[in-house]
Amino acid sequence: MADSAPAATTAPFQSVHASVPHDSALRHVTGAAVYIDDLPEPAGLLHVHLAMSARAHARIAALDLSAVRASPGVVAVLTADDIPGENDVSPVIHDDKLFATDTVTYVGQSLFAVAATSIAAARAAADKAVVAYVDLPAALDIAAARAADLKIEASQRMARGDAQAALSASPQRLQGWMAIGGQDHFYLEGQVALAIPGEGGDVHVWSSTQHPSEVQHLIARVLDRPHTAVTVEVRRMGGGFGGKETQASLFAAAAALVAVKTGRAAKCRPDRDEDMIMTGKRHDFEVAYDVGFDAEGRLTGLALELASRCGATTDLSPAINDRAMFHADNCYFLPAVEILSHRFRTHTVSNTAFRGFGGPQGMAAIERVMDAVAQATGLDPLLVRQRNLYGGAGRDLTPYHQTVEDNVAPQLLEQLAASCDYAARQAAIDAFNAASPWLKKGLALTPVKFGISFTTTHLNQAGALIHLYADGSILLNHGGTEMGQGLFTKVAQIVADAFQVDLARVKVTSTVTDKVPNTSATAASSGTDLNGMAALNAAETIKARLVAFAAAKWGCVEGEVAFTPDGLRAGSVVVPFGELCRQAHLGRVSLSATGFYATPKIHYDRASHSGRPFYYFAYGAACSEVLIDTLTGEMKVLRADILHDVGRSLNPAIDLGQIEGGFIQGMGWLTTEELVFDDQGRLRTHAPSTYKIPTCGDRPAVLNIDLWSAGRNVEATVHRSKAVGEPPLMLALSVFSAVSRAVASVADHKVMPQLNAPATPEAILMAVEDVKRRASSC
Amino acid sequence: MSEAVRFLLNGRVVEARGVDPTRTVLEYLRGDLARTGTKEGCAEGDCGSCTVLVGEADGAGAVAWRAVNSCIQFVPMLDGKAVITVEGLAADAPHPVQQAMIDHHGSQCGFCTPGIVMSLYGRAVGAQGAGAAVDEVLAGNLCRCTGYGAIIAAAGAVVPEAAPDVAGALAGLTRETTLDLSHADPLHGVTRRWLAPRDLDELAEAVLAHPEAVIVAGATDIGLWVTKQRRPLETLIDLGKVVALKRIEPRDGGVWIGAGVRYVDALEILAGLYPDLGGMMRRLGSTQVRNSGTIGGNIANGSPIGDMPPALIAADATLTLRRGAERRDLPLEDYFLAYGQQDRQPGEFVEGVFVPVPAPGLIFKVYKLSKRFDQDISAVCAAFSIAVEGGIVRQARIAFGGMAATPKRAAGCEALLVGQAWTLDTVESAALALDEDFTPLSDMRASAAYRS
Repeated sequence: MADSAPAATTAPFQSVHASVPHDSALRHVTGAAVYIDDLPEPAGLLHVHLAMSARAHARIAALDLSAVRASPGVVAVLTADDIPGENDVSPVIHDDKLFATDTVTYVGQSLFAVAATSIAAARAAADKAVVAYVDLPAALDIAAARAADLKIEASQRMARGDAQAALSASPQRLQGWMAIGGQDHFYLEGQVALAIPGEGGDVHVWSSTQHPSEVQHLIARVLDRPHTAVTVEVRRMGGGFGGKETQASLFAAAAALVAVKTGRAAKCRPDRDEDMIMTGKRHDFEVAYDVGFDAEGRLTGLALELASRCGATTDLSPAINDRAMFHADNCYFLPAVEILSHRFRTHTVSNTAFRGFGGPQGMAAIERVMDAVAQATGLDPLLVRQRNLYGGAGRDLTPYHQTVEDNVAPQLLEQLAASCDYAARQAAIDAFNAASPWLKKGLALTPVKFGISFTTTHLNQAGALIHLYADGSILLNHGGTEMGQGLFTKVAQIVADAFQVDLARVKVTSTVTDKVPNTSATAASSGTDLNGMAALNAAETIKARLVAFAAAKWGCVEGEVAFTPDGLRAGSVVVPFGELCRQAHLGRVSLSATGFYATPKIHYDRASHSGRPFYYFAYGAACSEVLIDTLTGEMKVLRADILHDVGRSLNPAIDLGQIEGGFIQGMGWLTTEELVFDDQGRLRTHAPSTYKIPTCGDRPAVLNIDLWSAGRNVEATVHRSKAVGEPPLMLALSVFSAVSRAVASVADHKVMPQLNAPATPEAILMAVEDVKRRASSC
Repeated sequence: MSEAVRFLLNGRVVEARGVDPTRTVLEYLRGDLARTGTKEGCAEGDCGSCTVLVGEADGAGAVAWRAVNSCIQFVPMLDGKAVITVEGLAADAPHPVQQAMIDHHGSQCGFCTPGIVMSLYGRAVGAQGAGAAVDEVLAGNLCRCTGYGAIIAAAGAVVPEAAPDVAGALAGLTRETTLDLSHADPLHGVTRRWLAPRDLDELAEAVLAHPEAVIVAGATDIGLWVTKQRRPLETLIDLGKVVALKRIEPRDGGVWIGAGVRYVDALEILAGLYPDLGGMMRRLGSTQVRNSGTIGGNIANGSPIGDMPPALIAADATLTLRRGAERRDLPLEDYFLAYGQQDRQPGEFVEGVFVPVPAPGLIFKVYKLSKRFDQDISAVCAAFSIAVEGGIVRQARIAFGGMAATPKRAAGCEALLVGQAWTLDTVESAALALDEDFTPLSDMRASAAYRS
């Protein structure tokens, strides 16, 4: 039995559109893939622990750290007074402190850092701090913040037409309300940073982050140094899901500050509980709707009010709540619509980006409206959804005045309804429910339309760097980060295809701020669209040089030069790729190039909430069947069928993995994943023993996932592919609708269930009891 | 201090000297041995990223392998055993389990992957608990990326193989003396001691001599005292080497289960007696937890939310306690006095539990309600043992977990059943008495209203 990993095997030639394995698959399965906590620890490494606020909202009357400093193993204790630059680690508006100063505004807020020779010593020392709090009034949830009128910014309004007039004139009208819970990212690898001091006050920081440039810029600001003094690097993350977009900065900045202050390497790795307490989550929402419709179930007017818990600081909440508004139409044309969005400030950890970025909550709202309209009209919910889809003259304008130009939802829904046998199963379920007193089934088919682009327009840019070495090996670097989504694999495929070389020839290197500067976060599903195109542009630059060189050297016109799997063809000559690189080097051709890409066509005016925020839309549809036990509220997803549009897939295996993973993660959000805060604002579900993400057995026994074979991006994206990171999460709304249907069947669909997300067994049981009560009194 | 914990790591002998006895196997692998393939995802035995295989001599010349969470196992628990980590599988080429994971695109971010590979490897070599369905084998391995389909596909492609033969090498690690480790913990100003008695009498003596000691069986709970509560434990007594406590013996009218018997070892016989109890046990913890945790530990720690006590109380189980040379038996329900308080005297320890064979025709049902079906702590666990003769309820033993400060019988509900006709009406009216029997609390697992 050997005790070492084998060398990487040589992959066969593959171009784009092939299901090649993840570039790190072999290393993943052998344990040889290096995450930041796996890096060999430098001599003298200090372990950094961040002490946390125990109060939701309090003035710090006194902070006595003398016992902390005297504790065994402690080398440094750092507070806000030790920060050379700005005490801030926030992404946009400078309101997230590295260390609290006068007041604390949530439980878990960072107070000070202890650097010690072991993490146990650092934690034991931190416990010796004497903190005198003077409690201040705390608003812990949406209701309390609404009552106190606490907001992180002014409420926003997005409208088209006169919704109130349309509602008044509507043949039928109803109102409803739902609460939508938040979600912890539960990346398996927690937050972690390792900082190594350099000369002259420089620092190199390994950070598990989706946004190395931002971490770099924030550390530079904390240290009062130019960006050039700080290098941030990440080879891979053990999951991100948005939770390492802005949330990594705190830990990276603390490690960097300790490293610079002590001259020793410093690691900051909160354990799972600290991580869950200290970092933001998906926003929980409360949604109220007032909808007008006709007897056919067609919407005539909609007034929608979205309220979210943003937490103590701004973070990315403005953009996240904007995206909730952008997706409150989902696939449906809303003839007259008004969407009001309130962004409430609470004394809880600041909520942040999470796969879908507000979109899922907006989409959950409109899907709830569709179910309510179906219930009120007695029509099949799928029929109601289909009747309200975008399409046809005068029915293609979104509430933000972007024309839907690539509407494929009608085809997707029709195809999926046929392939999953929707009509027959709906009838079979009705029969089952009629004969089953305690167990009830529900079936629902819901669509997804997700806008692709950062809605903050300037973020839609990316850079890449490609070196060809004289031996013909290719080094690829770009600003995107690998968190498991397969970005590095896809971009390598794109580059290998461009040069027509074996994938094994392309080495993807860690994301690092001194190779490609000023990058955007790997977020908004944009990783491949942006970085793939930037890398392709870099490759094309080098190829153009090689073509000119080859034409001159081997005596042909440039049109006779082509890259082929056998090598470069120049007229009648075929030069193997390695030989080409050697010759080009001898011919003094630059074999290194940067590439850049900026998404075209997009523009947006936030003041009027109108424009074209999205380059294109990604689509999908899912049909889920559930079984509930009306005596206990227990629920099982029996089957799901998914049809998803990824355009022309760059890598079907990776795309299918994103779709399934997104669906199951969305299912967790809407079913078992419940965040519980107590009345002191303390998170009670801060580890997997209490916070329940889906397990293997929660996956539906039957799960059919197909890529839409007709998919092709109408916009000129890289190889006509579509983004896939976030959209599939919202396919899980079909599960929630199916649960609601099952609950409603208890009273033969006479009343609309008051079901909130997550639909835990408790929520389902309470909804069942409520439906029974209301049905018997009407 | 100088005594070494000796174990096999991927076929080679490791001598761990001067290790803090409460250092976890995971910390030791990653920190001391630079085997970083095994990951920490939660440090509480819930995510499975740290899964390794542990083999020990089964007393019959073979080695019994099982997948465990290395994050909540203490280093001395490995003494005389063999460990296989993810680094130990691949030779010149990936192991077939690893290749299957690659072929089926079973990894995305890769962080949970080593743990999943080890669980699937355990399944391939027929490790304990690995004969179960894939869902059960993987219930203790959380993956946040894939949605599991690709991993299930990989599991389906794995063919059984023989585990490495380390019986001879393990024989060489047999200990002649009692493992007795001392370690200074300057951070907390204590000297930590680890004692691993080799037989029952030695154990009884040790517990009597150290009544304040923490008794460790599988460490699926005590591991968290260290990793989560950061308790600076002083004296720990390990049951792991006491063979007599690992016995399952048929006794008159039932079966006796030693306090060191792991769930996995008792599952078959208990499921044979009480099929519904077997169904509940398959949802208790995960394969890794059932491979370490013991029924004795689940009882002894007195948790109000342990799943075994309500079921065993309904089954009318009897507990055997031992102090020095003295033994006493008491009905299991009487062991739980109040929250955090059990009827266990200083110097006394739980030796075993006797579970009677059910009378013919006995209705025995166990219901475990939790947010998630697999590997979740119960909001409510209810066990019903009902004897019906001629349509009349002759006996009712009903016990609940999660409804009070201790596992507790529903006396009022039982009283309304006994002597009544076994009908839905009887059941519905008896159920109303549960409101009087219990005043449950609200917590992060469920509200009082749901529990009621």
